[in-house]
Amino acid sequence: MSDYKLRRSLLYVPGNMPSMLQNIPIFNCDSVIIDLEDAVPLSEKDAARHLVKRFLMNYTDRNKELLVRINPLDSRWGYEDLKVVLPAMPDGIRLPKADTPEIVERLDTLLTEFEEELEVEIGRFRVLPSLESALGVINAVGIANSSQRIFALAFGAEDYTASMEIERTRGGEELFNARMRVLWAAKAAGIQAVDTIFADVSDMEGLRAETEHAKRLGYTGKCLVNPRQIEVVHEVFAPKQHEVDYALQVIEAIQRARQLGTGVIALGGKMVDAPVVKRAARVLRTAYAHGMVDTLIDEEAIHGAQ
Amino acid sequence: MKIVKKVQAGTLQSSDLMVFLAPAEALCVTIESTVQKQFGELIRAKVDEVLAQHGIEAGEVRITDRGALDYAIEARLETAIRRGTEV
Repeated sequence: MSDYKLRRSLLYVPGNMPSMLQNIPIFNCDSVIIDLEDAVPLSEKDAARHLVKRFLMNYTDRNKELLVRINPLDSRWGYEDLKVVLPAMPDGIRLPKADTPEIVERLDTLLTEFEEELEVEIGRFRVLPSLESALGVINAVGIANSSQRIFALAFGAEDYTASMEIERTRGGEELFNARMRVLWAAKAAGIQAVDTIFADVSDMEGLRAETEHAKRLGYTGKCLVNPRQIEVVHEVFAPKQHEVDYALQVIEAIQRARQLGTGVIALGGKMVDAPVVKRAARVLRTAYAHGMVDTLIDEEAIHGAQ
Repeated sequence: MKIVKKVQAGTLQSSDLMVFLAPAEALCVTIESTVQKQFGELIRAKVDEVLAQHGIEAGEVRITDRGALDYAIEARLETAIRRGTEV
């Protein structure tokens, strides 16, 4: 189920602003999330979804993943958002307030119905559920496994802290347990984990620190509120040259080991075995996506011939 | 389709447009645009096309354009027509 599509940066773009929508082709983020929910006033929900539909239909030469954040399915707008926007073929739907597996299953069913109606492949529309309440975080494991369409779990700290009746701090200590629970659920299900937004667009050091923290924990990407944040996030998620060099040495060492008929070998005094090789392979895949190495590492190099 | 009430759609931000619709006996389209000189005729053609698609033959249509592209003109008119023809 897991694929290796790089999703370091998922940029929110307000759905009712032509000036922002039109710039989507030139943003160098990995994915865009066009927002019909919080960025659109209640009186303009209808206008925004029609604008997004027209924009997507017109944007045929697509160069990045396009997700649409719809309104919650239990609101009066959620279903209508799907109905208007899906014929314009976004890649997936970001589902807000995905508090229970049942909510995601409901979206899955609706997407299947639309796929049948539109005569496209079943499973074409992917899903990115937002875990953004105490209930959603508690249910993370069930949600991660509630649909084959899910490619990642997204943690939403703003709504989460609101649901906990606490303030979000710069250090983010209050988010640690929730971040970990979302991560465990994602890793156990073999999907990606996307960290929450960092709202202060002027605080690039704060953004860098939070992104480094999320990466150290295991997150593979971050949601962004402004295109100015893309560069910092990409820098943080890019493998460092010394990591790439070491990973290449690891792969070379394990291949040498196999020639010698063993599954373990020492490299620079440290043991290299399967988990080390796996980690190296992941670094090299990311490096490949960054253009730092020329060839994609194949499965046989990682696991050896059967 | 008939325009049955006064409505508006869109914004006055750059790259957007504001559409005003009102009931009237005949079709009357007025367009004011920041790019009138270069694109006035093309905007008018797009507006006529969308109105025809929705079968709007009568009504006051007033457009204030801030350099919108075709997709935005289509979307804002579509929204205004939906709002103005809803009973």
